[in-house]
Amino acid sequence: MEMIKVRIDGVEVEVPAGTTALEAAKLANIDIPTLCYLKDINEIGACRMCLVEVEGARSLQASCVFPVGDGMNIKTNTPKVRAARKISLELILSNHDRKCLTCVRSQNCELQDLSQKLGVDDIRFEGERYDKPIDSFSPSIERDPNKCILCRRCIAVCNNVQGIGVIGATERGFETMVEPVFNMSINDVPCINCGQCIVACPVGALREKDDTEKVWDALNNPDLHVVVQTAPAVRVALGEEFGMEMGTRVTGKMVSALRRLGFDRVFDTDFAADLTIMEEGTELLNRINNGGTLPMITSCSPGWIKYSEHYYPEFLDNLSTCKSPHEMMGAVVKSYYAEKNGWDPANVYVVSIMPCTAKKFEAQRPELSVNGHPDVDVVLTTRECAKMIKEAGIDFLALPDGDFDPALGDSTGAGVIFGATGGVMEAALRTVYEVVTGEPMENIEVHAVRGIDGVKEAEIELGDMTIRAAIAHGTANAKALLEQIKSGEKEYHFIEIMGCPGGCVTGGGQPIVKAKTYMEKDPKVVRAKAIYDEDRDLPIRKSHENPSIKKLYEEYLGEPNSSKAHDLLHTHYVERSVY
Amino acid sequence: MSAVTLKQNEEKFSKLQLVIDQWKDKEGPLMPVLQAAQDIFGCLSLDVQKYISKELDIPVSEIYGVVTFYSQFTLKPKGKYKIGVCMGTACYVKGSQAILDEISKELNIKSGETSEDGLFTLDATRCLGACGLAPIIMINDDVYGRLSPGDIKEIIKKYKD
Repeated sequence: MEMIKVRIDGVEVEVPAGTTALEAAKLANIDIPTLCYLKDINEIGACRMCLVEVEGARSLQASCVFPVGDGMNIKTNTPKVRAARKISLELILSNHDRKCLTCVRSQNCELQDLSQKLGVDDIRFEGERYDKPIDSFSPSIERDPNKCILCRRCIAVCNNVQGIGVIGATERGFETMVEPVFNMSINDVPCINCGQCIVACPVGALREKDDTEKVWDALNNPDLHVVVQTAPAVRVALGEEFGMEMGTRVTGKMVSALRRLGFDRVFDTDFAADLTIMEEGTELLNRINNGGTLPMITSCSPGWIKYSEHYYPEFLDNLSTCKSPHEMMGAVVKSYYAEKNGWDPANVYVVSIMPCTAKKFEAQRPELSVNGHPDVDVVLTTRECAKMIKEAGIDFLALPDGDFDPALGDSTGAGVIFGATGGVMEAALRTVYEVVTGEPMENIEVHAVRGIDGVKEAEIELGDMTIRAAIAHGTANAKALLEQIKSGEKEYHFIEIMGCPGGCVTGGGQPIVKAKTYMEKDPKVVRAKAIYDEDRDLPIRKSHENPSIKKLYEEYLGEPNSSKAHDLLHTHYVERSVY
Repeated sequence: MSAVTLKQNEEKFSKLQLVIDQWKDKEGPLMPVLQAAQDIFGCLSLDVQKYISKELDIPVSEIYGVVTFYSQFTLKPKGKYKIGVCMGTACYVKGSQAILDEISKELNIKSGETSEDGLFTLDATRCLGACGLAPIIMINDDVYGRLSPGDIKEIIKKYKD
């Protein structure tokens, strides 16, 4: 690789040719402000926050899109640069809905950060503001156009990373908006509710539908048994909301916090992930042995499910009929567990803490219910969970480690790795291998299916059978994989698809990572490492060895895929239109 | 939709398909395809945009962004007669605002709207390039210059009959 030398604020750095001034400055430990920039996703030089002076150039350059040349001399902190950045920022602020005090992103807002950093101490320009209605029709995503600063980060992630493109820039000049077409609600366009737009948004223009009030009400209702469950990915990210280092595991503190909030039972979605493996693994073997539709594709990710319903209905028969793990948990709580405890299912209220905004939509699907009761009553994101803990005045950092409640709180390492791309596949293989061969799996860590390559493939020998598997995460990658299958170029038995890039660890409901942090580390990697560490530290790492799962089958379900299991734990899908 | 209009619609889409086939594999196919689509359909409805989206593999949101960016494209059908009132500097100084107001009153529509009978669409435009005749209006390809508000009724009447 050709290396070139540049001088930035007098500091000489050697960088590969093609490096932008922004990246080069980062290497020289010089921080250039950015706003529309999102590494690898949105690099368009639109907001003019990152302007720098390049010796010999006629005008200031946007450093995020300006490749440095050999011997270049760049200045990032001159009166001209500072004035230009500040006036651009002031103009962005001039028509911004500056209700910072009540904004969901207060103290976690890149625009607020910049205002402070660039020393904006007065609003010099009062621009004409539009007062547009907030789009709150979607159960997952709320859009507030008055807070939008037109950075286009959401458009880039929806279009390029997810391959969906349901939001775009419309009109021109002062009329420009970022919105769905024809003034439609985000609820009425083929949006999959993945929430990647939310985590890409630097301000409060996109956010999840806040359901915390419903949970407070339930907790305050003495007639209800309020049960909470937490997805695997929440425990490796929740700490970030309390200032902890990315990748810190807070499983015990999270359980304690939920108990202090007043939940009657704190269960682990990982238990239901183990249950999913039993059901899905059996379904896979049945399909292979009995000529069922192949490849079978996992159904845990509600973003992916809605994606296939809109864009690839021809694959609906390929989807596993298994409900997603938290829905299985809800169904088990409102049947088996309620019966065992003498609870009336009508008075059982199930709350799911998920790294996901798509699960909010999923929980409302009428088909996901048990005896007329919804499997899950409310879904909160990791962020909403943190909000409740803060509101309750719980000192999260000082909490002792708690344990999940018995039975539905018991889980394995196979359950926890559901949180990362490749995890469902790996967990399934750990069980299917042993079921088919009758021998213990020697090396249960299947590294071929881990990592953040967009599409991964693996071949696994199961006795005299070879399983061809593929994994895709992020719907643009899923699209590429499905097209290869459609054209006959590729053939598989089993496919895992997660709607979000990286899987659930970087789901749309996870703590928001600032654009600056993405320049230093990739949360897909850091949080996944924490997931795999969690797996390694657990005494049982295979779903079929979970004693509470065995007991559930013995006492209630019979065997995997039994008719009772089908009633409670399986579902169906519907074709949806594209607009 | 009646059988006749359905058939007309089908014909329009096959016409559009011919244009798409011509541009599909070239660089930057969207603008020429949108221009042709507007000529064929009179406007760029959601159905037309969806069709183009599928054929060119461009998200509807991006197409809609282009359509709403350029004032030449329209989402709703325009009237049979498109009235453009020049708001360029010369015409404006010579009183084109009063001309616009008069037409607006006469047809009972605002700038950008189409009359209920579908006959007229009124637009305030940028300079039409006939400053020597200011203030001017154009109705389709006809130019009317050196106007005063009093001339309007007569001109409109010609197109109504």
